[in-house]
Amino acid sequence: MSMVAARNTRYDCIVVGGGHNGLVCAAYLARGGRSVLVLEAAGQVGGAAVTREFAPGFRVSACAHLLHLMPGTLMRELGLSAQGLKFAAEQLPTTALSSDGLHLSLGAEGLTQRAPADVTAFAEWQGLAQRLAGALQPLLAEAPPRLGTGAWRERALLARLGWHIRRLGKRDMRELLRIGGMNVQDLLEERFESPLLKGALALNAVLGTNLGPRSPGTVAALLYRVAAGGGREALAQPQGGLGGLSDALARVATAAGVQIRTQAVVKRILVSADRASGVVLASGEEIAADVVVSSADPKTTFLGLLGVEHLDAGFVRRVTQLRTRGLAAKLHLALERLPQFAGLETQALRGRLLLAPSTDYIERAFNHAKYGEFSAAPMLEITLPTLADPTLAPPGKHVLSAIVQYAPYSLRSGWEGERQRFTDLVIDTIAGFAPELRACVHSAELLTPPDIEREFRITGGHWHHAELALDQFFMVRPVPGAAQYRAPVAGLYLCGAGCHPGGGVMGVAGRNAARQVLREAA
Amino acid sequence: MLTMSEPHFRQPLLKTPFHERSRALSQVDSFVPWSGYTTVDVFTTVEQEYFAIRNATSVYDLTPMVKYRIAGPDALRFLNRLMTRDLRKLAPGKVAYSVWCDDSGHLIDDGTVFCLAANEYRLCTGERQLDWLCASSIGFDVEIAEVTEEVAALAVQGPTSCALLRALGLDGVERLKPFELGQFELATLPIMVSRTGFTGDLGYELWMRTADAERVWDALMEAGRSRGVRPIGSRALNIARIEAGFLLPNLDFVSASHTLRIGSERSPLELGLGWLVDFGKGHFTGRRALLREQQRGPERLLVGLDIEGNKAAHNALLYADRAGRTQVGSVTSAAWSPTTKRNLALAMVDAPHFATGATVWAEIYLNRELVWQRRMARARIVERPFYAPPRRRATPPADF
Repeated sequence: MSMVAARNTRYDCIVVGGGHNGLVCAAYLARGGRSVLVLEAAGQVGGAAVTREFAPGFRVSACAHLLHLMPGTLMRELGLSAQGLKFAAEQLPTTALSSDGLHLSLGAEGLTQRAPADVTAFAEWQGLAQRLAGALQPLLAEAPPRLGTGAWRERALLARLGWHIRRLGKRDMRELLRIGGMNVQDLLEERFESPLLKGALALNAVLGTNLGPRSPGTVAALLYRVAAGGGREALAQPQGGLGGLSDALARVATAAGVQIRTQAVVKRILVSADRASGVVLASGEEIAADVVVSSADPKTTFLGLLGVEHLDAGFVRRVTQLRTRGLAAKLHLALERLPQFAGLETQALRGRLLLAPSTDYIERAFNHAKYGEFSAAPMLEITLPTLADPTLAPPGKHVLSAIVQYAPYSLRSGWEGERQRFTDLVIDTIAGFAPELRACVHSAELLTPPDIEREFRITGGHWHHAELALDQFFMVRPVPGAAQYRAPVAGLYLCGAGCHPGGGVMGVAGRNAARQVLREAA
Repeated sequence: MLTMSEPHFRQPLLKTPFHERSRALSQVDSFVPWSGYTTVDVFTTVEQEYFAIRNATSVYDLTPMVKYRIAGPDALRFLNRLMTRDLRKLAPGKVAYSVWCDDSGHLIDDGTVFCLAANEYRLCTGERQLDWLCASSIGFDVEIAEVTEEVAALAVQGPTSCALLRALGLDGVERLKPFELGQFELATLPIMVSRTGFTGDLGYELWMRTADAERVWDALMEAGRSRGVRPIGSRALNIARIEAGFLLPNLDFVSASHTLRIGSERSPLELGLGWLVDFGKGHFTGRRALLREQQRGPERLLVGLDIEGNKAAHNALLYADRAGRTQVGSVTSAAWSPTTKRNLALAMVDAPHFATGATVWAEIYLNRELVWQRRMARARIVERPFYAPPRRRATPPADF
């Protein structure tokens, strides 16, 4: 990709941050006829969707490790496959691990085998969840409306949302209203018997959040995952890891005319006459633009890059009140060989392995985090990406990548003294299912939330930039006064996961922001 | 003052350091709560006290005014982002009246900023503001501390006030121009004097340590005996401040931190305080909202009214027509003005009826020995202040 930009050029738009949302936004802006420069602080694009080496010869998707939220329409619109995006594996299976070796494969077949009483209930739930998700999807696809403007577009959006929910019919609509604010534990107790099934669904609800299964709003989090995933749990592993996706996005953007500069650390967003007028880099270089779009998290953008003196005090207070502390750690293991997992076929190992054998197990793991401790028995989402994509490791060797909860951002005893203890604890936990694991480990890397904050420049190390909860969602995401991607300072926009509809690796915030810029800014 | 032996729940209203002195001089035992303190409403009669303001020297206990110390490397930047005025122009030794707004450009409060030294200020306000000040301080290196209980204050106002202070040995006080402050000694007690006030007359405000309060009071009363000094309560002051055209929170506007009903907040532009809003100084909280409001034009404006007759138009509704068919506003403060011999009011009037010189009709209710009558009185919109004697600005002031 072209890393060279003509100096002293003025751009229509500067995009701060070359993560997936920044790249998606830049591509749409360039296709809309704007001259666009993307400034990425790291040595490669991708942000938290990046593949990098963590041990000699071993590479891993360093933050996000599966793709399931990016809408197919978005990927087709961008033409990602034409720019080389390939999948090493699609429709990944999910297996809930059980200490007795009687693991549960999520799906009709696995349930018939292990939890026959839940087969019908699971199908019913999937049907309901898909119908509700279908009604909520339009809410995710568009910029949230603003209330009280009386503008035709805003009214039409609200009317469309109301219509989609109304169209659910009386029974589903009532159920949506009933369960919308509930905790997922209560919902699962109502519907299912198998602790493994309940644990797996609860994990889906709380993964990447500051919530436990008994926290209010976790049903909404579960429905969000279904709705954002296009109504299906379609998990995919890009060839070359998540960095493969980002590289393809960068090629799409470059093909559209976007210039990308890496190792370009933006220090400040420049403001003149109450309008964003460009950026200044850490090197001191100033670059002028009519519009600045930031894919950095809201706290970084407003408190760090823009500066509070350009903002109203009430707005600043709302930004500081955003809940942005991450609670998920990432473990990467370089394996000399693949250990045996008792009771698991190779096909299952290519998918997602969940260690969350019951909702109580997750809640107990969460309890520690409430008091600034890491979980004594953590909840895990484990993948072995090298089974589908051997290019990530030297021949015959393997990589294990796991999301680990809960690991609080502010560990009471401090992470430095505890890193090794927690790493060992997680490895031992996995070794409970693969006894030879210890002997296979060549090296290990643990990324705690403070590490994620440092490496990916996300305040608090929260994947979603800001907790995804009802009070930080839709018309109030990230905060009232910036929920339509538009900052209070003219010419400044947000396009990161801190905006509606959030993230994982989704790209919709980037696309919606670009549309907003194209609608509003000349 | 609150003492350890008297926990706050046994003493719902605090006593100012002048309380015992005030109680001794109070003839009608009329006290009212103000900002958590018990304060004097009337000492003798409202008329007697009012004429002390205009013809001699009045002494008013303003200790309950809430005071904050604001200091630190970013104190000026912090204040300039908080306030609508450009405080970069406020040098040490100067005082500025200013207002501050929320994000929507609605008025939170007004107050005076005393610049004591570079990046060291005292803010004096009607109501407690710590929450908003703390919110506004995010991102600024500034320390904010409430010093209300540490600093006692007296307003010494009236034509003989300067002479009285000079008689107390405050040499050079006559050189203070309006909105200037100076440090003095009163019988070895350190005292800060600012040429500020709420009467629209010649006058000063005295700021002292709480422990020195009674000695300062006694010295004023003693030296003022031949100059007609008189302690006054809030009712006499209210007449004077209406004549001067000054606004009072909760009468002429309600702070946006307290309003519950949408539309009852007020912007500085609506309150006729547009002269305090400096759009050119850079960003401050509420600037963008106020700019939009200015471009739209105000929907209502606080104006002065000169009303026919001599019955004060308390709470009167205002109409465009004598028949009272179209309501165009209402009176917020009203008084018969003894000095100008005019029936005055401050009123909020809807666009487009607020132009100076325009006429509206005030609906005044009269109580004639419990027989109520309604009067429609012609009211002319006039410039404020209603009363502005040249002596309020004269430096040095006349000697007595």
